[in-house]
Amino acid sequence: MSFRTYFDVPGADRSGLGDQVAAQRERVARRLASVARVVAVVSGKGGVGKSYVSAAVAAAAARHDAAVGVVDADLKSPTVARMLGAAGPLAVMDDGVVPASGAEGVRVVSSDFLLDDGRPLAWREPEGDRFVWRGALEAAALREFLGDVAWGRLDLLLVDLPPGADGVSDLAALVPQLSGALAVTLPSDESGRSVARTMHALRDAGIPLLGVVENMSGYHCDACRADRPLFAGHAGDTLADAFRVPLLARIPFDGSAQPAAPADTWRSIAAVLLEGGRGKGP
Amino acid sequence: MKFLCLACDEQMQFRERQEPGDGTFAASFTCPSCGHEVAMLANPAETQLVGALGVKIGGRELDEQPMEFVRRNVVGRDDAFAETAPAAGATGRRPAWSAAAEERLARVPGFVRGMVKKIYGEYAVERGIAEITPEVMDRARTELGLEGM
Repeated sequence: MSFRTYFDVPGADRSGLGDQVAAQRERVARRLASVARVVAVVSGKGGVGKSYVSAAVAAAAARHDAAVGVVDADLKSPTVARMLGAAGPLAVMDDGVVPASGAEGVRVVSSDFLLDDGRPLAWREPEGDRFVWRGALEAAALREFLGDVAWGRLDLLLVDLPPGADGVSDLAALVPQLSGALAVTLPSDESGRSVARTMHALRDAGIPLLGVVENMSGYHCDACRADRPLFAGHAGDTLADAFRVPLLARIPFDGSAQPAAPADTWRSIAAVLLEGGRGKGP
Repeated sequence: MKFLCLACDEQMQFRERQEPGDGTFAASFTCPSCGHEVAMLANPAETQLVGALGVKIGGRELDEQPMEFVRRNVVGRDDAFAETAPAAGATGRRPAWSAAAEERLARVPGFVRGMVKKIYGEYAVERGIAEITPEVMDRARTELGLEGM
């Protein structure tokens, strides 16, 4: 017996899966048609302050009259919503979910609104073997965060991706018109090597690299009245040179939890993300 | 996915789907020429693999609701989402809910209750039904294929 191929058999596909997947992509594209620029914020490892940078840049852009949204795509470790003072519940309208409003009117969607305090992200189904399709579940959630939210007209939508390169390909597939990505690193060589992997993934996916921000670049010692390093290394400069992108800022560490850089610094980073041009180095 | 009747060399037509339990997904197909019927039974892993894509085998009866996938699948707060009240102009068209229907609706998990209420409400409005009763809910489930609602 010899079989014909799938495409040799005339007639529509009764499962409708292909059409539904295509409709999902169209839904995201339609929703983001009113968004001027979609920019990913990435890192290599966790704990570098990526979400802190996302929140500060979003607030700075909004403070200067830009309409800004933030998707907290770090589903397992969402932090950016609270940094922006945004909270649920999320109102459901016929045409989509209304994003929460944070500092300076930044519109925010985050898994933080869905989870009980201190509880990890968990999926209702299936029992066992979750590792097989966890990636598909997370990609589906990201798709809805982008496509099912009534973002309205936005000048800038920041997507705070989880650490590493995994989220890059998901986002690139969902948002082919992605405007670019901002990389956040610590000064250490270890952080730099880790961020470099993510930046390579971005470049491989054809996503423009807009610049690098080096966070926790040092601290001001009140005793000796000098700026001193927190980490050995110059990862910001190294990455900027290697990928031929601007080092947009060095953000000092400030334990007071206040924005640890002058307002102008955040505003200049925001300007690069809004305009897509090359920023002035620190 | 296509099912071919080997005797007739013709594509079989999708007829019905069910989720009989244990995570099994069942779909039946009929040959339009000879009437031969077959059923496909997908195991829970296969069913979930498709579900993880946010799609339904055989197509959707209803438009995808906002954040439907997240609301169904993420374990978390019951109050994460708030259904908004209909616009003032639509108030007159809203069907009433009988006490028995309200009681049944209350048994629906909180994370999808609002969405389920909306679906039944739209079903009633489209058919000019003034009051939603358990019988209306049963009819809607059958017609819309809302297993488990």
